[in-house]
Amino acid sequence: MSSDGISLYPPTPAPAPASAMVPSEDAMEEAGVSLWQDAFRRLFKNRLAMGGFFFLVFLTLVCILTPWIAPYSFDQQNLQYTLQPPSWTHWMGTDVLGRDLFTRVLYGGRISMLVGILASIVSVIVGVVYGSVSGFIGGRTDNLMMRFVDILYALPFIFLVIILMVYFGRNIFLLFIALGLTQWLTMARIVRGQVISLKHKEFVQAAESMGVPAHSIIFRHLIPNSLGPVIVYLTLTVPSVILDEAFLSFLGLGVQAPMASWGTLISNGVEAMEVAPWLLIFPATLLSLSLFSLNFLGDGLRDALDPKGARD
Amino acid sequence: MGLRYLIGRIAVMVPVFLIVVTVVFAMIRFAPGGPFDTERQIPPDIMKNLNAKYHLDEPLWKQYFRYLNDLAHFDLGPSFKHSNRTVNEIIGDSLPVSAELGLISLVWALLIGITAGGLAALKPNTWSDYVPMSISILGICLPTFVIGPLLILVFGLWLRVLPVAGWNSWQDRILPSLTLGFAYAAYISRLMRGGLMEIRSQDYIRTARAKGLSEPKILVKHALRGGILPVVSFLGPALAGIITGALVTETIFNIPGLGRFFIESALNRDYTVVMGTALLYFTLIFVCNFLVDILYVFLDPRVKYE
Repeated sequence: MSSDGISLYPPTPAPAPASAMVPSEDAMEEAGVSLWQDAFRRLFKNRLAMGGFFFLVFLTLVCILTPWIAPYSFDQQNLQYTLQPPSWTHWMGTDVLGRDLFTRVLYGGRISMLVGILASIVSVIVGVVYGSVSGFIGGRTDNLMMRFVDILYALPFIFLVIILMVYFGRNIFLLFIALGLTQWLTMARIVRGQVISLKHKEFVQAAESMGVPAHSIIFRHLIPNSLGPVIVYLTLTVPSVILDEAFLSFLGLGVQAPMASWGTLISNGVEAMEVAPWLLIFPATLLSLSLFSLNFLGDGLRDALDPKGARD
Repeated sequence: MGLRYLIGRIAVMVPVFLIVVTVVFAMIRFAPGGPFDTERQIPPDIMKNLNAKYHLDEPLWKQYFRYLNDLAHFDLGPSFKHSNRTVNEIIGDSLPVSAELGLISLVWALLIGITAGGLAALKPNTWSDYVPMSISILGICLPTFVIGPLLILVFGLWLRVLPVAGWNSWQDRILPSLTLGFAYAAYISRLMRGGLMEIRSQDYIRTARAKGLSEPKILVKHALRGGILPVVSFLGPALAGIITGALVTETIFNIPGLGRFFIESALNRDYTVVMGTALLYFTLIFVCNFLVDILYVFLDPRVKYE
């Protein structure tokens, strides 16, 4: 038994979403409120989670539209206007090289969000496949596969990622694959738990008796039905990946100049904070707000999808 | 606890450790660039001598077994960049610093976390619950590399009450350890509150209450032991996190600890120092997790390992 840290999601089997078992729309209406509708109703009532949700939607839009919104280009230097405090021409001031901080924060957000989302997708793919295969096969294979996960849990992957980044160049694709590969363990456990609780349900037996091959059962029936917890954990994975990326960039091992992620900007801000505290404060605030929002949304989703498993 | 369990746990560690050694060794050796790459071209003769001195001219498998053999004798080899020092010496100098930082941070985390969580659980849904729990959300979401610089900015540069860098006087210890411990204090306070809230509804607490014990006394004498269990199981990850977090904290506050050496040598491609420190980190985290699991058995007699 290894300590798996903070149990983010109690392994209680959530009921299969009703929508998956009810084929026609008429039947849906008869069934009343589906699990998802019920969950969304609960989510809408959670003000923190909704606040986080709207902030994230806003931020995502801004990040997508950055090339059109940003008043300057991210590497445009103006050595006559270095370290300017915030003003109407430079909303967040300028940095040591006279680059517009507002623009750089927008571009930084793009990178941070991109790494966060792509790495989380990597972790979901690996975790879901591993977990569902392990849970579906069961028995000794399952035991062995989960033991392997237990062992990996005890390894501090961030050190391996650091070594990887140092020796194989600071390539952004390598970065998100490496970060994604550090995050799939909990996902695998969650999915395995779901699959085990689902695989003896009637609809799976029905599929088996009709001769549906195992991989189709896993991908068509088991995985779609365990999506709830996966989505919840995904929203909690994104902030931790963003945090890891910022951590690496802060140490100078992440995104390389002249591009910048929030971590790089914070690191530059620290160097200049005595004369220009805004260089630290703006990127730090935005990073923190995004992390808050993602965590609140994740918590809200968890409470909404699993009302019984309310934490503390 | 079964002796078999103990032996099993240790037996698992050995192959895992070997795999880690191999992976780290392979990653470092197959990566482009070498430890003697500098801006200035080193004459080929000197390069040859350097390579011979550090056995870099031998075939890879030979180097690997040489390293394993040295490792078995607790010899981590010489540093490539700090020419007169061995990795053992570097670790010997910097590990105590890091250990001190980590311990102070852990003490902060436990003190603040348990107190805040206890206060919150004493009167749930009042101000003494909301205030610490709101602060703890801040602590969980804010990364060390945001908290640290902000603390420096406020206490070091604006108020000028605490030093911002170095590792000499006791004042130097305050900001780094708070930076490192804050997130864990926040987490521990939430776990503590959750644990205590769960225990409060147990029958034996009702009995204590029926005996007429005061609420704080019930909390300390009866509820604490059960309520602290979630905190104990969090200690393993917390220690691992504090060890990792020290990389940033030591860099920000310019502390001559292991974390700074790891980052510095990683950037310098100082192979042996990177290997040595990384392996030390792995070992530390393994041992911490192991100790925490054992501690758990003593606190909770219901837990049995097989």
